[in-house]
Amino acid sequence: MTDPTLTIALAGNPNSGKTTIFNAITGTRQKVGNWPGVTVEKKEGVVHRHGYDLKVVDLPGTYSLTPFSIEEIVARNFILDESPDVVIDIIDASNLERSLYLATQLRELDCKVVFALNMMDMADSRGIKIDARKLSELLDVPVVLTVGNKEKGIDDLLAKAVELALSGTPPPQKRKVRYNQEVEKAIDSLQHYLTTHLGAALPYHPRWIAIKLIEDDAIIKERLAAIAGEGIGVLLATAKKQRAFLVDRFNDDPEIITTDERYGFITGIIKEVLTTSPRQRVDFSRNIDLVLTNRFLGMPIFFFFIWAMFQLTFTVGAYPQDWIEHLFELLAVGVDHLLPAGWVKDLIIDGIISGVGTVGVFLPNILILFFCIALFEDTGYMARAAFLMDKIMHLVGLHGKSFIPMLMGFGCNVPAIMATRTLESKTDRILTILITPFMSCSAKLPVYIVLAGGFFGVRAGTVIFCIYLTGIVLSILTGRLFRTVLFRGADAPFVMELPPYRVPMLKSLMIHMWDRSKMFLKRMGGVILVGSVIIWGLANFPRATELHDAQVQETARLEAQFQSELKAAPAHSQPEIEARREQALAELSQRVKSQQAAQSLLGRIGQALAPVFKPIGVDWRGGIALLSGFVAKEIVVSTLGVLYAVTDDPQANALESALRAAGMTPLSALSMMVFVLLYLPCLATVAAIRRETGSSGWMFFSITYTTSVAWLMAFLVYQGGRLLGLG
Amino acid sequence: MQLSQLREGSWAVIERVGGSGALRRRILEMGLLKGTRIYVEKYAPLKDPMELIVKGAHISLRVEEAAQISVLDVQ
Repeated sequence: MTDPTLTIALAGNPNSGKTTIFNAITGTRQKVGNWPGVTVEKKEGVVHRHGYDLKVVDLPGTYSLTPFSIEEIVARNFILDESPDVVIDIIDASNLERSLYLATQLRELDCKVVFALNMMDMADSRGIKIDARKLSELLDVPVVLTVGNKEKGIDDLLAKAVELALSGTPPPQKRKVRYNQEVEKAIDSLQHYLTTHLGAALPYHPRWIAIKLIEDDAIIKERLAAIAGEGIGVLLATAKKQRAFLVDRFNDDPEIITTDERYGFITGIIKEVLTTSPRQRVDFSRNIDLVLTNRFLGMPIFFFFIWAMFQLTFTVGAYPQDWIEHLFELLAVGVDHLLPAGWVKDLIIDGIISGVGTVGVFLPNILILFFCIALFEDTGYMARAAFLMDKIMHLVGLHGKSFIPMLMGFGCNVPAIMATRTLESKTDRILTILITPFMSCSAKLPVYIVLAGGFFGVRAGTVIFCIYLTGIVLSILTGRLFRTVLFRGADAPFVMELPPYRVPMLKSLMIHMWDRSKMFLKRMGGVILVGSVIIWGLANFPRATELHDAQVQETARLEAQFQSELKAAPAHSQPEIEARREQALAELSQRVKSQQAAQSLLGRIGQALAPVFKPIGVDWRGGIALLSGFVAKEIVVSTLGVLYAVTDDPQANALESALRAAGMTPLSALSMMVFVLLYLPCLATVAAIRRETGSSGWMFFSITYTTSVAWLMAFLVYQGGRLLGLG
Repeated sequence: MQLSQLREGSWAVIERVGGSGALRRRILEMGLLKGTRIYVEKYAPLKDPMELIVKGAHISLRVEEAAQISVLDVQ
């Protein structure tokens, strides 16, 4: 038999220690997903305590419940519509006054609330004393003292929450905010109207609805329209009249008046419960900031941290990356031995194992990167990074916090796009996601090295640098364009708290890192697996059977020829003949692969698209290579190698001379590099875009936009260059 | 006087929060209300945004946003 379930919602300001308390309650038994319809992280966990299954839901951290940000709407809707049995409001003891703003709003919502007065130890060290009993009495709400990072008071908190959830008494009506006479009169009259006309149909407490009508709350107006039917016109007109009266009376918006009065009410409580010791203590956080956001040192230190993060991610991460690569190779070798030759084996080795492998090798980098980001977030440095970079990012129409995801794009776009979760505003998030693919990721570097190295010689470094710069400039221009055209006037305000620095908890860092990496792994198992198989299929079907039959015959012929040569030759020249035999066989296999690729569906698509690639100076083989780059950008180089039937390691000179022989010029190489820089993101990135924007629409938009820009830029480079006589 | 004109290390009392819509309300909800005493902790290295201490919390605000807030009793 299962135990009865109680739902507990955790609410609180950002940085109030809410996540720490959530981790302390649920430990590793937590589930991370998205709230329905939006990409705000939803965390919940079930624990068994006091004879009940407690379903604990971590609401997004918010300062208020006015429906401005998506987080606030999510938090408020959960409390209104899912009616949790009890809400725990986490209050940061060293930030009591501001925390109480959310608390008074929760009280107005008419739900059962328990206050967790958290981090009293921190408050103590700052000389703040809070009379918890008095606070409980003044607000008529149970108050429990907790220290989240030491897991103190958690049991008390849950016991109190369960007790309150089970008690039949409705939430007390007294001890709520009383507004001034005029506002109260308006509330009363609206409340009266609501109860007489809609009565039992009202979804929430009538006083609360009345207050929201006075504050002109769009979501509540919509809800009322749904239940009131015809009567909504009169109701809204009444509300409008009351608002107009208040605007006239106070010469300000009523929602500003109510905000002011809530703080007035809070000031009264603060006077009774809070004493600050006059003794000034050392404020560690402020001292740290004297260095970390220092006028001269702040920027260099920030860039050092970013540099260190990249070093750790891509240099240290390279070792386990090697191991994983070997693991996939071993797997391929194992399958090679186990399965008979044929297309099933090719599918498993070349399609599935190498497809998932090319993405799987990024796992160590992703783990390290997310560990670093979790460290930045949990210590409180992320807010400082935003503070330092905001001026620059604001030029693009973005928030300072967008800097880190964009910078990570130089490493790999997948974690970069996942890192946009740290941005609060949805439009900022989408905008950042749309411009991040222009940050040239590390997988594109091999392509530049081959092309620039082969065609620009000593100036290769400069050329590659210019390519990167082009990406940055285009991301800035795109940002500005989208901000003025797509997301007009939606620039998020920068009002942001710089929370006190805290020592991060290893457990929380691990949970954080693992949650995000798990998402990456899941995606590999799904979209990327399917995508790799499809691309493999396109590249290998229809099977050119006569080609393979010819290969078998030719192999037999070569073997026979070399066997007889070997027999006839003296012993000292045998190694030389062996080597020639190896080379001849390799050349044959390359030639077959190249012909197979040309005859495959992908090859046919490439040839059909030849007119599209021609104006940018790329032949059909280049076109196929670019198409295959959709799986992963580094594949472009190996596909070129296959198509030009180059036997050597594709990085060596053979490919370059083959490209030259095929008529590629420095200008067309440059044009191709520009195209690679900008064109559609790889499969894993596309999947990440789809997931993080929560819509296929943005995904297709991103694909179309990047590819159009890429073609246009490559066209300008190639045709412009030809006009200037450079071709 | 505008909040954005204050130098680092100065105290002031908020007289009025101007502007409109979501931004204005957000500023008020963070506790920057009429009559609140604030301290200008510092400006970012690129002179924007600025960091304030309000009711014991550190809040950062863009200079253009701070220009909407008028202050009194500057010390």
